[in-house]
Amino acid sequence: MAGLSDFVYNTFLRRNFTMLGTVFVSAFALQMAFDTGSDRIWDSINRGRQWKDIKAKYVQAAEDDDE
Amino acid sequence: MLARSALRSARSAGAVARNAASKTTSRSSSTSSSTAEGAASSWKTNALPAGATAFAIGTVAWYYHLYGRNVDAMTPAEEGLHPTSYPWAHEKWHKTFDHQALRRGFQVYREVCASCHSLARIPYRSLVGTIMTVDEAKALAEENEYDTEPNDEGETEKRPGKLSDYLPSPYKNDEAARAANNGALPPDLSLMVKARHGGCNYIFSLLTGYPEEPPAGAVVPEGLNFNPYFPGTGIAMARVLYDDLVEYEDETPATTSQMAKDVTEFLNWAAEPEMDERKKMGWKVLAVTSVLTALSVWVKRYKWAPIKTRKLVYTPPIQTKSPITSKLPKPDQKS
Repeated sequence: MAGLSDFVYNTFLRRNFTMLGTVFVSAFALQMAFDTGSDRIWDSINRGRQWKDIKAKYVQAAEDDDE
Repeated sequence: MLARSALRSARSAGAVARNAASKTTSRSSSTSSSTAEGAASSWKTNALPAGATAFAIGTVAWYYHLYGRNVDAMTPAEEGLHPTSYPWAHEKWHKTFDHQALRRGFQVYREVCASCHSLARIPYRSLVGTIMTVDEAKALAEENEYDTEPNDEGETEKRPGKLSDYLPSPYKNDEAARAANNGALPPDLSLMVKARHGGCNYIFSLLTGYPEEPPAGAVVPEGLNFNPYFPGTGIAMARVLYDDLVEYEDETPATTSQMAKDVTEFLNWAAEPEMDERKKMGWKVLAVTSVLTALSVWVKRYKWAPIKTRKLVYTPPIQTKSPITSKLPKPDQKS
């Protein structure tokens, strides 16, 4: 445990520029994870109600008309 | 000292009251027989508080009678019947619009409502990705003609509609709309759900609330129709939704209430096209701020822990045999 925290401290937090890099990269990653996760929950709650759930019917129909 | 004087004053006040009471009894005893004395004295003792209470209650009652009652500017008929509250799924905090219903509702609007009501704030582009595909919206836009920009001679020509155009209105202007509808203006429906008390419930109730014939005693002016939900109960719009009026492409049975429900949900979308995104964003904001709140509570407790848990110890100075205060002259020692 101590080894791991030492590793984290020495690698990421000890020098200012690595710490800044860690902050920015982790902010980006957390944002992506949060948005993806919340979208997934939202879509599962509203399954079948949103346009993307019924879009396939109408796009398919339009393509059939073209043929 | 203070307590004792207060006690005494209370007692003296009681004495005054008793004196007054005894005075009246003595006076009454001089005029009436001694058997009535006890009853009369108790009644007269309570006369003042009882009278004051009755006066207070009477004043409040009179004031409430005068100012406290509901003052309605309109009679219940002018107010209109309050709409039933329906369990709209899309009004729940975690539900989006049902876009299949929006599509059906737009079909109802186009085939039924659009002959009189405009939807002037909705451009074709906003239908894309919510109600129809790009190709469908483009095809729909091209069915209508719009003015071009003025050309070199300053004349405008007609061109087929584009996605950026707004839905065409059935009448050129409000005056034309009034002239065509017996003096009544069919309102624009873009924001109608927001613009009426009751919102979706009101519109649904209005659309489905036309009775077969007006109830006995109801006065329906010439050219108007009876609808209890409409303020004033006389509405220029006749009942328009009948079973199987439209044919849904998804083969939903087109009952009156189904069409009313779909078009109401569609009109709610027209008034609040941002609702889906707004609700999702709201949940995200709640999630993030709850984490931040928990963090800030933890930080506060962390920072305050040494302050909250420290112990203050007061060590009094060592007492000498004769404290310095004993040497001071005491006030009022003589008296």
